Formats: sequence, C-alpha cells, structure tokens
Amino acid sequence: MINTSIKQLSAALAAKKISSAELTQLYLDRIARLNPELNAYITLDEEKSLAQARAADERLANGDATGLTGIPIAQKDIFCAKGWLTTCGSKMLHNFVSPYDAHVIAQFNNAGAVTLGKTNMDEFAMGSSNETSHYGAVKNPWDTARVPGGSSGGSAAAVAARLCAAATGTDTGGSIRQPAALCGISGLKPTYGVVSRYGMIAFASSLDQAGPMARSAEDLALLLNVMAGFDERDSTSLQREKEDYARDLNKPLNGLRIGLPKEFFAEGMGSDVAQAVEAAIAEYKKLGAVIVDISLPNTKLSVPVYYVLAPAEASSNLSRFDGVRYGYRAPEYGDLADMYEKSRAQGFGAEVKRRIMIGTYVLSHGYYDAYYLQAQKIRRLIAQDFTEAFKQCDVIMGPTSPSTAFKLGEKGDDPVQMYLSDIYTIAVNLAGLPGMSIPCGFGANNMPVGLQIIGNYFDEARMLNVAHQYQLATGHHDCAPQNIGL
Amino acid sequence: MQWEIVIGLEVHTQLSTSSKIFSGASTAFGAEPNTQADAVSLALPGVLPVLNRGAVERAIKFGLAVGAHIAPRSVFARKNYFYPDLPKGYQISQFDLPVVGQGALAIQVEPLSGTGQSYEKVVRITRAHLEEDAGKSLHEDFHGMTGIDLNRAGTPLLEIVSEPDMRSAAEAVAYAKALHTLVRWIGISDGNMQEGSFRCDVNVSVRKLGEPLGTRREIKNLNSFKFMQQAIDYEVQWQIGTIENGGKIQQATILFNPDTGETRAMRSKEDAHDYRYFPDPDLLPLDISNDWIEQVRTTLPELPQTKQTRYVNEFGLSAYDASILAASRAMADFFETALAAVPNETKMCANWIMGEVSAQLNRDGLDMTQCPISAQQLGGILQRIVGNTLSNSGAKEVFRTMWAEGGEADAIIEAKGLKQVSDTGAIEALVDEIIAANADKVAEYRSGKDKLFGFFVGLAMKASKGKANPAQLNDILKRKLGQ
Repeated sequence: MINTSIKQLSAALAAKKISSAELTQLYLDRIARLNPELNAYITLDEEKSLAQARAADERLANGDATGLTGIPIAQKDIFCAKGWLTTCGSKMLHNFVSPYDAHVIAQFNNAGAVTLGKTNMDEFAMGSSNETSHYGAVKNPWDTARVPGGSSGGSAAAVAARLCAAATGTDTGGSIRQPAALCGISGLKPTYGVVSRYGMIAFASSLDQAGPMARSAEDLALLLNVMAGFDERDSTSLQREKEDYARDLNKPLNGLRIGLPKEFFAEGMGSDVAQAVEAAIAEYKKLGAVIVDISLPNTKLSVPVYYVLAPAEASSNLSRFDGVRYGYRAPEYGDLADMYEKSRAQGFGAEVKRRIMIGTYVLSHGYYDAYYLQAQKIRRLIAQDFTEAFKQCDVIMGPTSPSTAFKLGEKGDDPVQMYLSDIYTIAVNLAGLPGMSIPCGFGANNMPVGLQIIGNYFDEARMLNVAHQYQLATGHHDCAPQNIGL
Repeated sequence: MQWEIVIGLEVHTQLSTSSKIFSGASTAFGAEPNTQADAVSLALPGVLPVLNRGAVERAIKFGLAVGAHIAPRSVFARKNYFYPDLPKGYQISQFDLPVVGQGALAIQVEPLSGTGQSYEKVVRITRAHLEEDAGKSLHEDFHGMTGIDLNRAGTPLLEIVSEPDMRSAAEAVAYAKALHTLVRWIGISDGNMQEGSFRCDVNVSVRKLGEPLGTRREIKNLNSFKFMQQAIDYEVQWQIGTIENGGKIQQATILFNPDTGETRAMRSKEDAHDYRYFPDPDLLPLDISNDWIEQVRTTLPELPQTKQTRYVNEFGLSAYDASILAASRAMADFFETALAAVPNETKMCANWIMGEVSAQLNRDGLDMTQCPISAQQLGGILQRIVGNTLSNSGAKEVFRTMWAEGGEADAIIEAKGLKQVSDTGAIEALVDEIIAANADKVAEYRSGKDKLFGFFVGLAMKASKGKANPAQLNDILKRKLGQ
C-alpha cells in the first residue's frame, strides 16, 4: 500500500479496500518506528490526523470525495496550520500554535486530505542540508550518515522513507528540488505566483514558492491541482484560469526540444552526477526528444545575487519575531532594546543571524545602491537569459545539485560551500520560473541523483508530462532506500 | 538682527476608510484594546498585506484637490525599525515613488497677534504618500510594564509634506487649518484632532535674511493649532537665543510639552535610524489608470477656494462673508440650500446664517452638522420675510420657536398669529385711532417736535401686536400726522 501511487490509493479508498483511518494509522505506525532516527517530523498529532481521516472516510462514504480525500500528506512546518504547532524549524516559534490555516493547508483540508504531521526543515528555510533546524538534523533515508538536503529536508526524507503518501515543500533557492534530488524523489517548484504564499512563513517573499514533493510526477500533478489557484489574500498570487496539471501527462515526447545550458555542464559538477544526468538525456533522446545547446551566460552570478536579495528580504521579514506578541522571549532582560537583543540572539540560530546581518548590511544607507539595486539589475539579466533560451527549446535540463548527498557536518563550517550546493537551482527562483527535480539514477556511494527540468512560465503541465514519460520508461523513481521496513 | 523663520509641515491624516489599509479589520476609534487587531494587524507569521482601494481613492482625491500630479505608478516600501507598537518590525509606506506628487494650497493668513492685515499665500506641497499607522504603547496602569494596543495598527494614513514655504507661526497655523478644512471638505478624513486623525510634525529653522537655510529641528506630533503656535514660538526663540549666544543648532527631533510650553529634544541626528527602505516584495507596484483618476475627479466637490471666489463674484458677498460661509462644507451646503428658497436675497441669507444661526449654535455648543433647523426650514422663514408675511422680529420669533420645538414656518406663523398686517385699510384705521386718542402729542409733533414720530410708531406697533408691516406703517403715519 505504501508504495502505490496517489491515484491507486485513492481508488483503493473509493473501493473500500482500505479506510483512510487505516491508511493513516499505517503511516503513523511507520513514523513511530522510523522517525526517531530520521527526525523527518517536528510535530505529530495522532488524534488530529485520525479525526481528519475519519472525516475523510465519511466523505468517501457520502460520495463527495476528491482525488485526495483520505490521502495522508506531510506538511512542511513553514505552513501555518490551525491548532498545530508551527515552528518553521526555529526556537523562535517553539511555542507558536497557529490560529489560522495557510492557503495551502486550507486547500488540502478542503480536498479532504489528512495532515500526518509537520515536517522538519532548515530554520526559516535557510539552509541546504537541514542541519540548521532547531529540532535537530534530518537524516537521509538512503544513508543516515548523510544529509537529506534542505530546506524541505524533512518532507523529502518523509516521502523517500514512505512516512507519508506525499508532502509539501517550499523553494526559495532550491529548497524543494535539491532535497528531492538528494533523497531520490520528485519535487516541483511552480512558477512564482501560482501557489498562494498566504500563511507560508516568509523567508524571501519575491522568491518563495510552495510546491509538491512526491514519489512520481503523476502524484505531483494531482497535488499541484489542489495547491494552485488565485488567492486574493496574496497580492502576488496570479489571477489565472484553473488548469488541470495532469492533462498532458501522456503526451508523447516526439520532437521535444531539450535545452542543455553549457554553464550547467562545466566545472563544478561531480562526475557521478554528470554520468547519471547524461544517461537521462540519452533516455530522452530515445523518447524522441532533440537536444539544443544553449547558454545562460549570467547564471554564474545567481549565487551572489541571491545572497544579496534573499537575505535583504529575510532581514525585514524576520523583524516581526521580536518576542513581543508571540514566540520566544528571553526569560531575563533589562530594557526594551535588551529584550529585543536577547530574545533574537537566543531565539535565532547562527545561519539565520548570519543572513539577517548580511541583509541588514546590503540595505543600509550607503550600500543599498552597490548591493541591492545592483543585484536587482542582474536578476533581470538572469531572467532575460532564460527568455532567450526558451526561444530555442521547450524545457531546459541539467543537474539539480552538483553532488549527491554529503555527510552530516561536512559543510557545516563553510557557508559558501553550502551556498554553492544550490548553484543550479537559484537562477530559476530569481527568474520566477517553474523547476522540478526527478530521480535519474545513483551516483557515488549509491546515493540518488536528481535531474532538473526547468520550464517556461506556466509550463508546469508540460514539465510534468516530460517527467512522467521518463518515469514510465525508467524505474529510478520507484527505487526505495534499504532499512525502511519494506 | 533680522531673523527669518522657515517652517515646513508634515501632516499625517487618517483616511476615513472603514477597514485598514492592508487588511479587513475595522478602523473605528475607541474600541477595547486589541479587539480590532486581526492576524495582519498582529503580524502573525505568514500573513500578507492586501491594499485597500478606498485608501488609494482618497489619496487620489487629495492629489486632485491640490492640483497635484497623480503618479501612474507608485511603490510601497518597507521602513524598517523595531518598536513594540510596530508589529511587523517595519512600516509599509511609500518612499521614492509616492502616489501624489507636487501640488499647492492657497491659504488666507490671519495675523495671530491681532495686528496687521490678513493676506493670501500659496504653500507648495512636495508630495503626499500612503502608509499605515502604528499601534499605541500604553505606559499607564501596567505597573511599570508597557501595554500594546494594536487597534490603530494598519489604519491608513496620508502623509502630506509641504515645502519649507512658511515664514511665521501664523502662516504655519493657517496652512495647517486650510489643510484640515480641505481633508474634511473632500471627505477623506474626519480630521478629529483629539483622536489623532490629523497630526502635525513641524520643521523649524531660522536664518539671517538672505542666508542659506539653517539647521532644522522637527517638532513631532502636534495635535492642536494652539499648541502648534506655542511650540513654534518657543522653538524659534530658543533657536535664535542659542545662535546669538554663539551656539549651533543640531538637527533633532523634539517634543512640545503643553504643560510647560517648552520643547525638548527626543533624539539627535546621531541616533537617527537607518530605516533601510526597500520596495515591499509582498505588494505589487500601485498602478493608477487615467480612468480611475477621472472617475475619482467626478466625486470631488467644489473646493473651498473656488466657492469663496464664486460667492464674491456671483453673489456679491464681501470676501470676509464668503470666507466664513465657505469655512466648512456643512456651512456652505447650509447656505446654498437656504439660498435656493430666496435666490435674490444673498446678503439677507448670509446675515441670517452668520447671525442668528451661528449665535444659536454657539450658545448650544453645537456645530453646523448638528443644527436642529434644516437649511430648508430656514429657507421657509426667509421666504415669508421676502413675501411680507413676516416682519423681522416676527421672523426671529418663528426661528426661536422652530429651534426649540421644530415645525415649519407657516405652521408656526399660524399658531402664534405672527402674520404681518399689510392691509392698508387696517393700518389706516389703527393710525386714525391713535391720532384721535393723542391729540396733544399730535399737536406737539405738528408744531415741530419731530422726535415724537418714534412714539407714534411704538404705539401703533403695540396696537397691532407687532404685526403691522413697518414700512407701510411708517408711510401711513407720516402721511396722516403731516395732514
């Protein structure tokens, strides 16, 4: 049951082969057994999950079920969920029980999905290894000495270890795609504005985008159908016709033009990753695709640009965490300034503080023009590169991450090395484009490798089609880690 | 030594939308603390701002009223600083691209000292931008701690910035008053100064005539015109004294203490915040189409200045009368509605409103919007005067009755028997009786004692119970006594 697709699970629920309560209990039992080591979840609430499952069973019985009714989903702890502890991986929100539902949560609730729990993540989504979480690192189910990637590492690990049917993530610079790659699952970051950010705790507002994480492209399409849609509570949410992201899954790929940016296949990518990605490209040729060599000349600037803009926005977004109204407040302090300083010094971890300081610096009087404005200009150039490229190709492909999962603690002392693990994913966020990662084999130490597929704006249905056809032809996405009780 | 005073104002006016600028929470004043603080006002994790179009409309309306350029695209920026009543740790404001550009406001300056002539002056407006208000920190009743009330957080403000065009406290006060009249006139703010709907920051500097601008100090948060004048007077003297004693003015933010009449520094320039402004990524740029501007323009009432000019040119009123009648929209509406009943009697209508109506309002402590007599009712009285049905004294009695008890003019005239006697025959009969009964006085009058005429008028009026048409009575008396 835990290896079947959402479509099959839904059919099984509809056919009363299993109830949602039973399915939910099955996952809860697995979580009880495996989560102590993997640490994929921060918060579980069996009663709440089972109550939702029973309600789903009623809906199923009443015949007003949707394709996700009764399906147990893990929610990244960045989404506010009414009545649930919502920590964003931080001590700062160690006691914050949300009084309201994020748009994404409400959409899943309306569809009748079951919330299995809140998944672990890098603190305020700042990190690429899940090691910055206040609630401890998440372990990669393929090798528990290795990181799952980040920041949606808890969700990725939970999907890979079959601790949920599917999960949600958010992606500011690669936080869905990179952990999906490192954990051997599929993940999609939609076009900026497709999924409402309402109730999703902000890291860098102009880059943040929520998306689904699952075991297959087909599952991703079903999840995105629920998550996407205009929401008037988010001014950056796009007013578009509702679409069925699964509509093109079965189109053949004959004549598909795949752009390969020469900058992605240069120095920096591990040879094991290169091998797996090239094999995937070869598979696509067999499926009828044609290869186009393209160039994204400004991509090399995306990491520095990102590390100006994202911290700038974050430094302001995180100002509300001041110990005044909710969240962590230092137990002892003198005056007001001291309360702020102590609460924030104690409530935030090192990486968050580093980014707040970078962001504060680049927005400061006298530095704003040199850093923030300059970075905004380059951001436009990076987006233009993609616009040019998409005149020649339908999708762009390359590695998701330069290496497979590294060891816990390996990059802890070197933030720049850590930042470089998002080198292939960041430009997509800067341009606001959709991007996804699907498993394409294994590299050194038998760790999963991710293939990144970048689409043009609003081309999610085509990307899912491209991914699904590959997954029909290959079995990488069906591989599961050892030692997860299968 | 000839000193010149240089003053510029920044006025924060709360806009009269029923909900906040970036959320649906109510903006009503005076609710229990934090009962109007929704998730957005509280800055809960994950919440986002959504712009209230009503606030934008009011900003456009103001811009049109001061002849300003409305920016087709303006941008909301974050002004970052920490304070407990600023829940997000930043204020959403507008920085380098405000919604309203340069405009101007013509003001009438009344000298405060009571000497000198009143004169007109045009004050340039630099810009006006939209922003959100902060909450309130409450320092009393919390046993040494501070209470936070976020009801006000997110209330829409229009910050109106003037050029440093004012040269005296009188000019600053005149400008502030004109602005205060204008925002209420065009209906974008209730202008309630006690409740903080209209708050003034005053930048003051002094220089010797002909020299470059001096260093300014900013007096924050003045909420009465009287305090504004006192604060400026004190501050000017302090600055001149400091310079004359060899000191230098340091840029600073200062507060005025109404109890002592003094100003004191709150923070110096060295402590000035670096607000780290940057465009708010949660809000799209604010695009305002020409259609929207034109649609708002149709809702703009005739402005005070235009009205005053029209009253002088069209109605032949004095500039003074025109300024009083156009002092508020309620006053002008009352005047114009009453005048509709007696279109040729502008002066009489004006006198009644500035006289009887204003006096009664003053006596009862009411303002024009609370007037118990409607403009139509007053028009009814004026019509009866014009039609010779009422004498002036009768009209005043009708007015007083109407004020106290309500009712229409004709009904009161009827009930009180105040209908004026304009029947020549009746008045002649009455005069004949008086002449017959006072033969001695008649003889005295006829022998040249003209002053006795008033005596006969008095008797005749008394006999008619005040109802005789005075002009007719005069004519008839003169004729009959002269015989």
